[in-house]
Amino acid sequence: MTYIPHTEANRKAMLEAIGVKSLEELFPAVPEKYKFPELNLPPALSEMETWWEMQGLSEANADVNHYACFLGAGAYNHYVPHTVDYVLRRGEFYTAYTPYQPEISQGTLQAMFEYQSMICQLTGMDVSNASHYDGATSLAEGVLMAMNSARGNRKKIVMSPAVHPQYRQVVRTYTQGMNVAIAGDDNLKNDVADLLKLLDKDTACLVIQNPNFLGQIENVKGVAEVVHAVGALLIVVTDPISLGLFTPPGEYGADIVAAEGQSLGIPLSYGGPYLGILATKNAYVRKIAGRLIGETIDGDGKRGYVLTLSTREQHIRREKATSNICTNQGLLALAAAVYLATVGKCGLAQVAQLCWHKSHYAAKEIGKLKGYKVISDKPFFKEFVVKLPRPVADVNEFLLNESDIIGGYDLGEDYPHLKNHMLIAVTETNNKQEIDDLVTGLKDAAEQL
Amino acid sequence: MKSEPLVYEMSSPGRCGVDMPASDVPETELPKDLLRSNLGLPELSQLDVVRHYLHLSQLNYSIDGGFYPLGSCTMKYNPKINEDVARLPGFAATHPLQDPMTVQGNLAIMFHLQEWLKEIGGFAGVGLQPAAGAHGEFTGILIMRKYHLDRGDLKRNVILIPDSAHGTNPASTAMSGLVVKQLPSDSRGNIDLAALRRACDDSVVGLMLTNPNTLGLFEEHLEEVVNLVHACGGLMYGDGANMNALVGVVRPGDLGFDVLHYNLHKTFSTPHGGGGPGSGPVGVRADLVDFLPGPIVEAVFPDDGDDTPMYVLTQPLRSIGRMKSFNGNFGMFVRAYTYIRVHGPDGLLANTEHAVLNANYIRVKLRDKYPVPYDRICMHEFVCQGKFEGSDVRALDVSKRLMDYGIHPPTNYFPLIVPEALMIEPTETESQETIDEFIEVMRKIADEAVKEPELLHGAPHHAPVKRLDEVKAARDLVLCCMPAEFAEKAMA
Amino acid sequence: MNIPTDLKYARTDEWIRVKGGEAEAGLTDYAQGHLSDIVYVELPEVGAEFKSATSFGSIESVKAASDLNMPAGGTITAVNESLSDAPEVVNSDPYGKGWIIKFTLSDPSEVAGLMDAAAYQKYCDERG
Repeated sequence: MTYIPHTEANRKAMLEAIGVKSLEELFPAVPEKYKFPELNLPPALSEMETWWEMQGLSEANADVNHYACFLGAGAYNHYVPHTVDYVLRRGEFYTAYTPYQPEISQGTLQAMFEYQSMICQLTGMDVSNASHYDGATSLAEGVLMAMNSARGNRKKIVMSPAVHPQYRQVVRTYTQGMNVAIAGDDNLKNDVADLLKLLDKDTACLVIQNPNFLGQIENVKGVAEVVHAVGALLIVVTDPISLGLFTPPGEYGADIVAAEGQSLGIPLSYGGPYLGILATKNAYVRKIAGRLIGETIDGDGKRGYVLTLSTREQHIRREKATSNICTNQGLLALAAAVYLATVGKCGLAQVAQLCWHKSHYAAKEIGKLKGYKVISDKPFFKEFVVKLPRPVADVNEFLLNESDIIGGYDLGEDYPHLKNHMLIAVTETNNKQEIDDLVTGLKDAAEQL
Repeated sequence: MKSEPLVYEMSSPGRCGVDMPASDVPETELPKDLLRSNLGLPELSQLDVVRHYLHLSQLNYSIDGGFYPLGSCTMKYNPKINEDVARLPGFAATHPLQDPMTVQGNLAIMFHLQEWLKEIGGFAGVGLQPAAGAHGEFTGILIMRKYHLDRGDLKRNVILIPDSAHGTNPASTAMSGLVVKQLPSDSRGNIDLAALRRACDDSVVGLMLTNPNTLGLFEEHLEEVVNLVHACGGLMYGDGANMNALVGVVRPGDLGFDVLHYNLHKTFSTPHGGGGPGSGPVGVRADLVDFLPGPIVEAVFPDDGDDTPMYVLTQPLRSIGRMKSFNGNFGMFVRAYTYIRVHGPDGLLANTEHAVLNANYIRVKLRDKYPVPYDRICMHEFVCQGKFEGSDVRALDVSKRLMDYGIHPPTNYFPLIVPEALMIEPTETESQETIDEFIEVMRKIADEAVKEPELLHGAPHHAPVKRLDEVKAARDLVLCCMPAEFAEKAMA
Repeated sequence: MNIPTDLKYARTDEWIRVKGGEAEAGLTDYAQGHLSDIVYVELPEVGAEFKSATSFGSIESVKAASDLNMPAGGTITAVNESLSDAPEVVNSDPYGKGWIIKFTLSDPSEVAGLMDAAAYQKYCDERG
């Protein structure tokens, strides 16, 4: 089927007006030898048949509604209040384009202005853009911002090995044409104090993650001062849920904050679409990537909102733009805004506390098991590292088959010194029964494998 | 119309839109020295939240609400089955790092979408990871760059870009550490071949070409363009922003394009979402497949002769690296898969034909009122000019006046090479009745422009707000709010 | 269009006023008119040194941005800080209160190569 409304009469009348005899005649400039190829695609299905096929495919997956999930590592199973999808499903939001015509886009514009405001409050920063692709690309753009702020005169990036491995890969992909040196994560055991020793006059930025990829809360006291003393910028990757409880990066001197916003009301959806949070200080507002919404007034003096500082962007500045980004993740920023407005000040703190209590309960119980050791040299938030008596893949397979549990992340591939170590995420969605089942499952795995 | 208050202005201490369960595990003391002192989030009841966003939604124009002929954006109907499918728990509630054996449904969708996009574009490989069109461009340019470097050709650093190109093309080039050389257009809206000939040398990484171009015109000398670029060792990059004019009609790979990004949010009906998300898969010719960003989905057939494949994630051997975290904007893949499945090859071709039919119909019905600078059969969109003999009315005024008639304006002031440009793309999902109404309104506005120009200068008269002061917004930057009274409440 | 006869002009639309070894520069009336409402001027740091025709900052309206280039090489001695709060002065008084930088000339002979008012007038007319 198609969604084309044309009747035979419509087609005839329109072709006649144009002065051609058939639809085929509308393509005179297309080379004849390649025109109208036979496409080897499956034939069309009705809507009902398509629905069946898609249901079948979806049921071929093991999802976190039917399995207890302790997998995190940058994407988390948090609860999404029903207000979020109610708003996202409004056609007025999801079938609108980028708000280039502000008079008829005030809904999107105000919602994005409020999103920017709430992100500033959450992170303790002055300015948030209207979203980026995801946490990893936000970080990569943050690194480019830092390099641009130094007018290209600083060619070194110091990056913690405890930044998400995929984020570090994306930073490398983004900067491969730019003749930069990335230091810090060549030794996977470097901690923040080691990284500070690598800073010099050629360093554009220090990148840390807090809580880091292993769930640990870093000691950030005095870090910003050391970074600023060499004229570099401090970039902090963070988890927005953790900011419901902990000191925000703005308060400990971050110049740029990059974060994955998926935790704020966005489904796991096998990795995307997610939300890149990118925030900075006023001093760097003209270097930030992506759209910004600003407040202004209309012809009657009434408050309204527009896209602003567009001269940073590709459609005006072309090769001199701060970034090439055009399409962003607007609808996901809306989801985050509705999420934050719904849970509010108290709710976000509650979610964070639940993650704290449940992850610590799980760590304590697992720590009691013979053969298991919880790595606890630093405080952790909702994720923690456990050394297993067996290979992680084997334990996960056992948990899945015997207990309907999706186990934690295998750290061995990214961190060879953490072979047989599992990163376990516990959120507010994991109830005590699930946690106890995990503990039992791990116990059984140690005994039976 | 009454202004909607800001979410912070609606806040009252103690309210909460959703309650969280009490902790069902023994509690662990919080680390007091690490806690924040204050959290400046609003406090609203659930009904406050619902009404606030409902009111905001009513200030928006949308495809579901009316005709949206925004050129180069392909504002086609977003089918409702797509939205329901993407929310099926099997898709929406799967974690990106799950064991591939537990997400065979997801991987099947990704595999088939890769295969279908290869078939539609005429390419040997497709990577789904890029999150948007510009992200796909960046990916494609990095692939071209690495292709030359890997064969030891270290001196190439120039990307050729026509002057009619989207701004993302030069911006993506700069991000890749390469240099832009701009090419002029000729009098028929094609690339100026003489200028191209002069520019083609051993410094060229490739040419980025939007075809049909941003004037909605199919490049008439494409074969010569491709030959010139290939002869100097360069690659042909296709900006797939305008694939809605090509699907089923011709395959860019057959035409000689080596790399192309698709915009699933344009051609394949995934919604624009008020700015995003998009999805910008990249297709490449055979010898570039190894450079794609990973992971790629492959089908492995078991030795026992069972014809049900197992889907696995693999990393291309000489990959440029990862472009984003995880597996790309998967939710968009589900929607695009559904769209292709519903249409089949014949339906996809019919879409293209009717998109082109609608655009040409509007072109011939408007060209006596709105000059069409490159007036020949167009593809899925065309560019005309909002300027009038004896009137100071400009394209922007026409656009604002259209709002008064309940129609979304075309794209203004793009491409840059046409003064007072109005870029009109109707898409295939609009009926003749809708289009006739648009034509009638546009003709009426052209008459108003001459007889009552003030009516246009002052437009819109019936939108939720009047024209907004963009100069004030940029001079007195206000990019976030926290009203004083709320700040006080939050401190208390 | 105002083109004072006592100034010299660069092809990138900056004017220069020379007093001894010290120079003052800004954006021409022609250029401010084309940019329309100026919303931001990016200023260099005092003490920074730039070669002739290299970018020392940028200037923005809502819809356009352009680089500001040195009409002649030199070292910045002062920048017009008041433009941070009131960039519109470049629109209203481009040759007076809208000055952008003061600098010492590294090679005063470079100024001779710039256009005089008549040549600049012709250059503007050509561009429309």
